[in-house]
Amino acid sequence: MPAMNNPPVVQFRNVSYAPPGARAPIIADLNLEIQRGETLVLLGESGCGKTTSLRLINRLLVPTAGEVLVEGKATSVWDEIELRRRTGYVIQEAGLFPHFTVARNVGLVPTLASWAEVRVRARVDELLKLVGLEPAQFAARYPRELSGGQRQRVGVARALAADPPLLLLDEPFGALDPLTRAALQKEFAALRTRLGKTCVFVTHDVREALLLASRIALMQAGHIVLLATPAEFARSAEPLARAYMATLQMG
Amino acid sequence: MNLFEFTAHNWRELLTLAGEHLRLVAEAMLLAVVIALPLGVLLTRRKFLQRPVLGLASILQTVPSLALFGFLIPLPFGGIGARSAVIALVLYALLPVLRNTVTGIEGVDRNVREAAVAMGMTGRQILWQVELPLAASVILAGVRVATVISVGVATIAAAIGAGGLGTYIFRGLRQNDDTLILAGAVPAALMALAADWLIGRLETTVGANTGPRTAHTQDTRAQLRRRIVGATLALVVIGGLVAFAAWRGTRQRATGAQTNAPVVVGSKDFTESVILAELLAQTLEAQGVAVARQFELGGNLCHDALVAGRIDVYPEYTGTAFTAILKHQPVTDPRAVYDQVSREYGEGFAVALSPPLGFRNDFAILVRGTEARRLQLHTISEAVPHARSWRAGFGQDFMSRADGYPGFARAYDLKLAAAPREMDLSLTYRALAAGEVDIIAGNSTDGLIAALDLTQLADDRQYFPPYEAVYLVRRATRARAPAVQSVLQRLADAISTDEMRRLNYEVDGRHRTVADVVRAWRQSKGL
Repeated sequence: MPAMNNPPVVQFRNVSYAPPGARAPIIADLNLEIQRGETLVLLGESGCGKTTSLRLINRLLVPTAGEVLVEGKATSVWDEIELRRRTGYVIQEAGLFPHFTVARNVGLVPTLASWAEVRVRARVDELLKLVGLEPAQFAARYPRELSGGQRQRVGVARALAADPPLLLLDEPFGALDPLTRAALQKEFAALRTRLGKTCVFVTHDVREALLLASRIALMQAGHIVLLATPAEFARSAEPLARAYMATLQMG
Repeated sequence: MNLFEFTAHNWRELLTLAGEHLRLVAEAMLLAVVIALPLGVLLTRRKFLQRPVLGLASILQTVPSLALFGFLIPLPFGGIGARSAVIALVLYALLPVLRNTVTGIEGVDRNVREAAVAMGMTGRQILWQVELPLAASVILAGVRVATVISVGVATIAAAIGAGGLGTYIFRGLRQNDDTLILAGAVPAALMALAADWLIGRLETTVGANTGPRTAHTQDTRAQLRRRIVGATLALVVIGGLVAFAAWRGTRQRATGAQTNAPVVVGSKDFTESVILAELLAQTLEAQGVAVARQFELGGNLCHDALVAGRIDVYPEYTGTAFTAILKHQPVTDPRAVYDQVSREYGEGFAVALSPPLGFRNDFAILVRGTEARRLQLHTISEAVPHARSWRAGFGQDFMSRADGYPGFARAYDLKLAAAPREMDLSLTYRALAAGEVDIIAGNSTDGLIAALDLTQLADDRQYFPPYEAVYLVRRATRARAPAVQSVLQRLADAISTDEMRRLNYEVDGRHRTVADVVRAWRQSKGL
């Protein structure tokens, strides 16, 4: 595919990031291209730099060297508010606003973008149905009145609200019990195929990575040590990838 | 008169004072929130400012309120009255509101804040839609604590002419009247509890949906905290009253004489009284008598302590004993006053009077020296025509006692531009010198009269009763320590009014210690 016709949605160019005052960078000289419509999974242990990489994309962080391009434009050039409103973001334990109802949580970004109230309400209903929550039953509830799985569904609905082309997910299912997690993973896979979003998905769960990824970026100590499709990943001779695969066989 | 009778007779005045009190607190809290809330938000945005700003607010809270008032009087935005009181209350209220604003905002769940940023909310939207609503119950808790503190501190506002329930408390302390003290303290305590309860309810309402985890645990925690604060406050108030009552009770049980115990010399809480007490103490020590000092007792605590046997001797004025303790109408003949006080103290309290010390400390009507020279004023009568355009500032004592303002105004047919401001005596001198008021009632021996260039107007109609200085001594003390009697005889007629003024000035104006001033004076007199 010629790059001119289909430029990458996200592009890391020689990116390093070190927090203020830190000696060693968390990620160093990272290069990565994420194509439209794919789900790129950043896989690695805690502290390998996968979440930091994710936060560089919607400019929660700014690179200390190199640049991150979104839609061909450096994040440092983007208006940060505009960039974030067109980038869905889902985090562990959802990060829902405890003082907002489910409907207000989901409708937040459209409301910020000054959609008409009727349109926001219709969109909220549509999204709640999409993530499997009956609007009549759930719209008026507060987050504390939901189960962990339900909260996470609301978190996904909120991220999708303004129909952003790019979705960032930081271990969204990490805090859920195994059965709920498996159900949500399956639903997410179907949803993603249907909506055709570009997704960047952070996890330390190799099973989840193999299930959801178009490509897996395996990270270690701030570097990508392997970039491969799930099938290639399973066959790779890279030692860390083999170690991950070994945990599957043991299970 | 008990508290209920007093309330029934004075409910109109009580309501006025309570209204003044409430208004002081409400104005101060409004201002404090308007200042501290934005400032607190700023501190969460500029963290390096937190330590210095919160530190400064903490220091402000430790400044004694009377010192703060004294500092505010000469300032252009201060002066006497409600304005300075409100400023002082605001300064005290800043810290709790400021600290809780910072704590509340910084306590917002990190995940929630990060989600808000990542959703593309602007800084302003995050503040108004996320941080402030989620911090509201914590901020309100700060407002509640500050309000309860303000209700308490506002009682001291009476010292600066701002009125409020403190007027009763101060008056009660000076007149040795428990009913008056309670008439001020009980409504103030009730007001504090009511504020605590009302704002606490608001907190629960606001906090109901904002619990970071589950609102249920948050509610009970907030309620528990509130109950603890409320209960602590109530305990402190009740404890204070009980301790006070208990202390009053002890004066009924006069302590038995102990021959080898030291002679306890007491004094009231103003310079002259301390000087006279120190003079007696040093002279006794020179005779080899063991002395213990119990100085600076407020109000009429000296009298209570003397009757209870907690102190053996203290300096007093015949006029004060005559009117404030024995509750007689003022009489102008010094001899008659001395004799009657001597007789009634002997019969009623088993307390004897020393011979007069030689000077009088009468009420002195004072004006600025520049004004007196310009208008050629020497007597009070000469000043009366000018007084129509004057403002007056009088101590609580002068305002309320039988030989004070009401009779004085009648005797001279005095009409002022406005009702006199009631404030702390020591502050009236500075208010006069600063031009805040034009006429005050001070003490004729006060060192500040010369120091601030004030002029005393002569009492040409002889309204004021005589205040001859004497020592009051328990008869039991005289019996077990005969040296006391001979020392009191030697101090008879020892000090002139001029000398007393100079001694006061050495301490108040030159800031020398009382002990040094007294020692030097005793040497010069060969005592």
